Amino acid sequence: MTVPEGAAGAATATEDAAPLLSLRGINKSFGAVHVLQDVDFDAYAGQVTALVGDNGAGKSTLIKGIAGSQPFDSGEYVFDGKQVAVTNPKHANELGIEVVYQDLALCDNLDIVENLFLGREVTKNGILDEANMERRAQETLAGLSVRTVKSIRQVVASLSGGQRQTVAIARAVIWNSKLVVLDEPTAALGVAQTEQVLRLVRQLADNGLAVVLISHNLNDVFQVADRISVLYLGRMAAQMKTKDVKSNQVVEVITTGRSDAIGGITNGNGELK
Amino acid sequence: MTAPTKVETTEEHIEETGPSNPLGAAVGNWWARVRGGDAGSLPALLGIIALVIVFAALRPNTFTNAFNFANLIHQAAAVIVIAMGLVFVLLLGEIDLSAGYTAGTAAAVMGVVVTRWGWSWPVALIACLITGAVVGLLIGLLVAKLGIPSFVVTLAAFLGLQGVLLQLIGEGGTIAIRDDTLLAINNNDMPVWLGWVLFALIVGGYAAIVLRRGAKRRASGLTYEAIQVTLAKIAALVVLLGLATYWLSIERSRNPTITSLKGVPIVVAVLLVLLVGLTFLLTKTSFGRHVYAVGGNAEAARRAGINVGLVKLACFMIASTLAAVGGIMLASRDNSISPSTGGASTLLYAVGAAVIGGTSLFGGKGRIVDAILGGFVIAIIINGMGLLNQPSSVVYMVTGLVLLVAASVDAISRRRARSTGRV
Repeated sequence: MTVPEGAAGAATATEDAAPLLSLRGINKSFGAVHVLQDVDFDAYAGQVTALVGDNGAGKSTLIKGIAGSQPFDSGEYVFDGKQVAVTNPKHANELGIEVVYQDLALCDNLDIVENLFLGREVTKNGILDEANMERRAQETLAGLSVRTVKSIRQVVASLSGGQRQTVAIARAVIWNSKLVVLDEPTAALGVAQTEQVLRLVRQLADNGLAVVLISHNLNDVFQVADRISVLYLGRMAAQMKTKDVKSNQVVEVITTGRSDAIGGITNGNGELK
Repeated sequence: MTAPTKVETTEEHIEETGPSNPLGAAVGNWWARVRGGDAGSLPALLGIIALVIVFAALRPNTFTNAFNFANLIHQAAAVIVIAMGLVFVLLLGEIDLSAGYTAGTAAAVMGVVVTRWGWSWPVALIACLITGAVVGLLIGLLVAKLGIPSFVVTLAAFLGLQGVLLQLIGEGGTIAIRDDTLLAINNNDMPVWLGWVLFALIVGGYAAIVLRRGAKRRASGLTYEAIQVTLAKIAALVVLLGLATYWLSIERSRNPTITSLKGVPIVVAVLLVLLVGLTFLLTKTSFGRHVYAVGGNAEAARRAGINVGLVKLACFMIASTLAAVGGIMLASRDNSISPSTGGASTLLYAVGAAVIGGTSLFGGKGRIVDAILGGFVIAIIINGMGLLNQPSSVVYMVTGLVLLVAASVDAISRRRARSTGRV
C-alpha cells in the first residue's frame, strides 16, 4: 500500500472551497519578544497542511494559539466561516479542534479504550458503559484503517511508538473533530512506523478532516501534505501547494525566508503579494 | 491506498472459534501475563498457602482449628480496612503515613462521645467517620492544593495525631468501650443461618454479575470469557467460601454449655460490603478510572480534562475515612482505646498488606482485594508466630522480611513489565 502523493486526489476536489481555519494578521508577543508578526494561515478540510520552519520560527506558538492554550494577542481567527475568539483549550475542543502534542499524553497503565475515552467516559446511570466505549473505539480505529493493534484491551505500555501515536490520533478524532493538529508525529519513529503514521495522517484528511502537520522532515511533508506553510522568524514566509514546489525550494524558504523560484512572502495561493 | 477492509481490532476471538480446551487457553493466557510481569495476586495467594501449610504442620491442633480461624479474621480486620484505604492513596503514587493514628484518633473521638458523653452508638460512629474525613480533607488540601509531598504532610500528621490521641484520652490512660453494639462489630458472630445466607448472596451475586456480563458482551459482538472459565471461577468461589463458612459454623467454644461460639464473624460482612462497594467505585465509575489515570500519568490526566487536585483530595479523604473504620474495629476488638491504638506497627502492617497483595508503590496499579489477601498474609504470620511462642523480636523480623519480599516482587515485576511492555 502506498501513500498518495501530496497534492493528489482529494485536494483537487476542494480546490476552491473556503478554508476551515483562517487566521489573518496574527500577532503574539512574550514580553519584548515579538514571536508572531502579522501571520496569515489557512487550513482546508480534506487536506493536510504542513507547517514547517526552523527552530524558533514560531510553529509551537502558532499551534498553541490555535488550540487556545496561549491565545493570540491580536488578529482574526475564523473557524468554519465564523469569527471566533478561542481563549482556552476547552473552547477549541468545543469547536472541534484537537491537538496531538509530541509527548502524546497517554496513560501507560490504562488500555486503549480507557485512554481513548479518558476524561470523557461514557456512562449509563453513573456506571461506565464499557461495551459502548469498546464498540465506538473499534469503529474509530476501523475508520482510520488501523489494523496493527492486536487487542484494544491491551495496556498502552505494550504498544509500539507508532501504535501509541495512532491511539493519540484516534483520541483526537473520536469526538467528531474537524481540525486536528499533529505536532511532530513521526519524530521518534522508525521507518516502518513513520510510514504507518503518515498513512493514518492521510486517512484523516481523506475522511474529510482538516489536518495541520508540524514536521521537520520534508520527506514526510512531501509524502502526505497538500499544502506547505513556511514560518520564518515569526512571519509566514510562504503558503504553497505541494505540487507547485520542489523540496530544495522549501528548504531555501525555511532557511532564508525567501526563494528565487517562489518569491518572497506570498499569499495563500502561492502567488506573490 | 487500498479500500479500508473490515478491521480486526479485537483479540483473536479465541473463544468464538471454539478451541478444544478453553480452560487450558485461559490458564495459558494468565500464565503469560504472570511471566510478563503482571503477577497480580499470585504472590499473596502463594504466600497464604505456604504459611498455612507451615503453621499447620508445626501447630496442627491450635493453628487450624475453627477458634483460631475466627480469631485470625478478627485480628486481620482492622489492618485490612486501613489497607483498603491506603490502596486509593498508593494508586496515586502517594503515601499516607498517618493512617494508623488517624484510626486511633477517630476511635478516641468515638470513645469520648459514647463513653464519656454517654451518647448513643450511631452518633459516636458518625463522629468517628467525620473525624477521619476531616483529617483526610486537611491532608488532601495540603497535598493537592499546596503541593507539599504527601510523605511530609502525612509524617507531620502522624506526629500531630499522636498528640491529639493522647490529648483526647487524657491522664486516665484508656477509654473503655462498653456499648454492646460497638463491641459486637469485631467480637461477635452472626447466627449460623445468616452466615449461610451471606454465603448464598455472595456466590449468587457473583455468578449473576459475571454471567450477565458475559451474555451482554457476547450480544454486543465483543470478546468474552469462555463460559467454562466463568463456571470454573464460580465453582472455585463456592468451594472456598463454602469451606470457610462451614468451618466458622462449627461450635468453637471450649465450653459450649456456658457460651456458644459459632457462626461467621459480623466483621466479615463489613469487610465484604467494603470490598464490593470500593471495587465498584474503582472499576465501574469515572472517578475510579480517573484515580488510575492520575496514578499512571498525572499530566496526561490533567490534559484530558480531569481535575487532578480533586481526585487526589477525594482519595486522601477516602483513605482517612476508611482508617477511621479501621479504628472502630481496633477499639471494638480491644474493648478500649489507649494511646497505642493505631500506633506501633498498625500503619506499617497496612502498607505491607496492600503491597503484599499486589498494589504497586509506584502508583497506577492495585485493587481493593489486594488489601484482603495481603492483610491475611500478615495476620497469619502474627497469629502463627504467636502460636509458636515466638518472641516479638522474631515476629517483627519475619514480617519485615515478608514485606521486603513483596516489595521485591513489585520491583521485579515492574522491570519485567517494562521489558515486555506491560504495566
